[in-house]
Amino acid sequence: MAEALAHIREITDLGMIQIRADLTEAGAAITKAAAIPLPGPTSTTTNGSRRLCWMSPDELLLVLPQAELAAALAELTTALAGQHVLVLDVSDMRAAFAIEGGRADQVLAKLSPTDLAAMPADGMRRSRAAQVACGFWRQEGGFVLIGFRSVADYLRGLLDNAARAGTGLDPR
Amino acid sequence: MLTLTCPCCGIRAEETELAPGGEAHLKRFGPGASDEDFESYLFARKNPKGVHFERWRHAYGCGKWFLAARCTATLEVFGTYKAQNPHPTPEIVAAIRAKRPDWTPDWTETSPAESLTE
Ligand SMILES: [Zn+2]
Repeated sequence: MAEALAHIREITDLGMIQIRADLTEAGAAITKAAAIPLPGPTSTTTNGSRRLCWMSPDELLLVLPQAELAAALAELTTALAGQHVLVLDVSDMRAAFAIEGGRADQVLAKLSPTDLAAMPADGMRRSRAAQVACGFWRQEGGFVLIGFRSVADYLRGLLDNAARAGTGLDPR
Repeated sequence: MLTLTCPCCGIRAEETELAPGGEAHLKRFGPGASDEDFESYLFARKNPKGVHFERWRHAYGCGKWFLAARCTATLEVFGTYKAQNPHPTPEIVAAIRAKRPDWTPDWTETSPAESLTE
């Protein structure tokens, strides 16, 4: 039992664009401008390096490499001009961590009251990690967890501790 | 532990992911109201032992307010419904009646004009 449950790695090159809009009205324009399908409730869609996350009935989060952010922000802003929407670069407000490894689900299970077994492969879950708000989705080999940058150190500590070797949840 | 299904996003949220908002379906009395109505709007609550309607917010989730019907004595949840309903929905009433045959609604049916749109 000397192996950590998962490897925790901070992701520093992630761009995030928050989109708030009436999705039934602006959905088609968002899909076209961001070049990615609209996700259903509590799910995500992907296209290459991009991921679009359903955050609430009137909110989406476009996650993409920093290098693509400026262009995507401009495309979305232009496409939605004149509509009652918000398109905002929130990259600096967030911290992101990759939780990778065979027992990544156990790390999250310790921190969030989520039924991870029932979370689909394309699921997007907003929840809490111990005492702070977070959101996470599945990615090859584990999960990506996002939270507020103001509590990034706290999140890092939580995740490292929850992943400590010898703390697995499987029955002995 | 209380688990409520948020009607806005469908997540089965655990109590610690939610923020309580007290009794549901209060009618606001503001400027121009009598002192008695204003006082009762601010302070008078049903506080029943049994069927109760409550406001909850999916705080660590989609962020939306919604309403829940549950029993304050057993913590049994009868259902959740959207906050735009002026009264508990017929489905909620049926779910309660199935479990509590003696219970009857204490509101009177309203005209459609009084219901709110989303
Ligand atoms: Zn919700």
